[in-house]
Amino acid sequence: MRSFFKTRYEQDLSIARHGGDYVWYGLLIVVLLAIPSLIGEFYVKEMAGLFIFSIAGVGLMLLIGYTGLISLGHAAFLGIGAYTNAVLLAQGVPFLITLPAAGLVTAFAGVVIGIPTLRMTGLYLAIATLAFGGILANVFAKWEHVTGGFDGFPVKTPDIFGMKIAGADGIYFLSLAVLVFVMWLAANVLRSPLGRAMVAIRDSEISAQSMGINLARYKTIAFAISAGITGLAGALFGHYVRHLAPDAFEILLSIQLVTIVFVGGLGSLHGAVFGAIFVALLPQFIAIMRDTLPFGIGNTPGLEPATFGLILVLCILFAPHGMYGGWLKIKAYFTAFPLYRRTGFRRQKSYAKSERLR
Amino acid sequence: MEDAARILQLVVNGAAAGCIYGLIALGFVLIYKATEMVNFAQGEIMMLGAFVAFGLIAKWGVNYWIGTLVAIGITATFGYCLDVVILRRVIGQPQFAVVMLTLGLAFIFRAAAGFIWGYDPVGIETPFTNRTVRFGDIVLGADNVSIIVGTVVLCAVLYVFFSRTKLGVAMQAASQNQLAAYYMGIPVRTIFSLIWAISAGVAAGAGVLLCPVSGIDVNMGILGIKAFAAAVLGGFGSIPGALVGGVLVGVLEQFAGYYLPPGSQDVASNVVLLATLILWPAGLFAQSQRKRV
Repeated sequence: MRSFFKTRYEQDLSIARHGGDYVWYGLLIVVLLAIPSLIGEFYVKEMAGLFIFSIAGVGLMLLIGYTGLISLGHAAFLGIGAYTNAVLLAQGVPFLITLPAAGLVTAFAGVVIGIPTLRMTGLYLAIATLAFGGILANVFAKWEHVTGGFDGFPVKTPDIFGMKIAGADGIYFLSLAVLVFVMWLAANVLRSPLGRAMVAIRDSEISAQSMGINLARYKTIAFAISAGITGLAGALFGHYVRHLAPDAFEILLSIQLVTIVFVGGLGSLHGAVFGAIFVALLPQFIAIMRDTLPFGIGNTPGLEPATFGLILVLCILFAPHGMYGGWLKIKAYFTAFPLYRRTGFRRQKSYAKSERLR
Repeated sequence: MEDAARILQLVVNGAAAGCIYGLIALGFVLIYKATEMVNFAQGEIMMLGAFVAFGLIAKWGVNYWIGTLVAIGITATFGYCLDVVILRRVIGQPQFAVVMLTLGLAFIFRAAAGFIWGYDPVGIETPFTNRTVRFGDIVLGADNVSIIVGTVVLCAVLYVFFSRTKLGVAMQAASQNQLAAYYMGIPVRTIFSLIWAISAGVAAGAGVLLCPVSGIDVNMGILGIKAFAAAVLGGFGSIPGALVGGVLVGVLEQFAGYYLPPGSQDVASNVVLLATLILWPAGLFAQSQRKRV
């Protein structure tokens, strides 16, 4: 592994590891800005969907990958963000207010679910958030005079200072901007005391607590940030689909979001984007493959959830570090070339770590 | 009188549904006590068991009782293989890896069942379908009564198995302390696989009992989520707790459906689950002690 020797404090404080980072990420942004004029409208829209999944993935990554709290109810936060944004827009509130409002309302919802679940970890938290997601999915469907129930809720086209954000290009640039903002926010959170506290909680609650970290406070903040970012993704998702239906925010979506985090690689912001690329493109890939699969497998309606399930299972069994872990391995192979050791990434053996109170 | 009969009707319907939740929750608890894994695919295993019974009884014309027993046997074998092939590999990994693994398996099972048996709801002609039982003035559906009786019988069998047989006691030992059990010569890994088999078998039994009430379809595994409420209410780790919790959740759900606005029946179990976790996380039959650092 290459290591960077830091000779000045500014290097330690800087958001980029070294000058090369500015060049590469700058280049990436230039390419992304140029893309809509290069490819067709359909693909631009798909890319926008990918960005929205990435935003939600970053939100969930902060919670699962960095704080070690699992949530199986993030579809509910996506839904809260989407409905808040859409309902406020329908009331005539300008978009520049509704988008942050969606994030704030969802962050507040995150606090509401975060505080009572503070005492839970691992399993209980997963079950509690699953139940929360189930309740919220019902609320979206039944609270008809606000959400429109199963008739759906049309989302108004947003405008910023009189400029309509319509069509594939509009949603593309909007979600790209939000993604860049969210990435910047997450990277800054992670190198602040808050982020370090989150990582400490993930690695060991007991040692974090004994170092003076207030578990309840930081867990609540982590929940709020994660939910807020997911709420922003939800608001954009509303504009992406343009017509909200409550059945979009059920458990399958929560599972897809968690799949982003797991497939991308726990504990890396790059992983959230890699996972989102995967999850956003998989349905298209399946749609293309449907006609060519043998034995009529392609006509099974359950093919998509089953593929998600299968990939999740294979990923946990054989690639627990996800796609970003794989990328690191490839990089390590070439930087260390002829000296690469296979054992360098071997998982530390952990024997049944009991979470049972005894 | 009208009201009393109505309430009794609700209680019996609720208890019948609750017995199913209790049986699924029993499966969770058995596996959790032994391996500290939580099987989010338990409801889907119940669905597979019910479909196997459907294949045997409705398609091949096997007698109902024999077909049920064979279906339980096949599903139990499936549970055993599931542990040997997949779940044994993730012992010792973080708990949410197991959660995600079983969730993934649940989706695979659902699609596999849809592929093999189709997505339309089916039913089995059982001895209890569309019959009634009369207790004095009160008329009850035979299907609901059969669920309650079947649950009691299953639990009695399990109780005798765990307290009277050598294998059952070995399972209890392995659940309480793996290392000590291993030193006593108990083959802990095989025991764990057998526990998976038992819990899959119980789930299959629940599936067969459920089919005169709601039929069999691919989405019946959703009940697994309601069974979580039962397990948590019972203290997650207590077998009688799972059953009592199941019945309580089932009855509460019926009352919520009758007295509260529409939609509350669907969320009742989730609300119970969250309320229990927030207010009373140890559950009814608390088992936990303090954590050692």
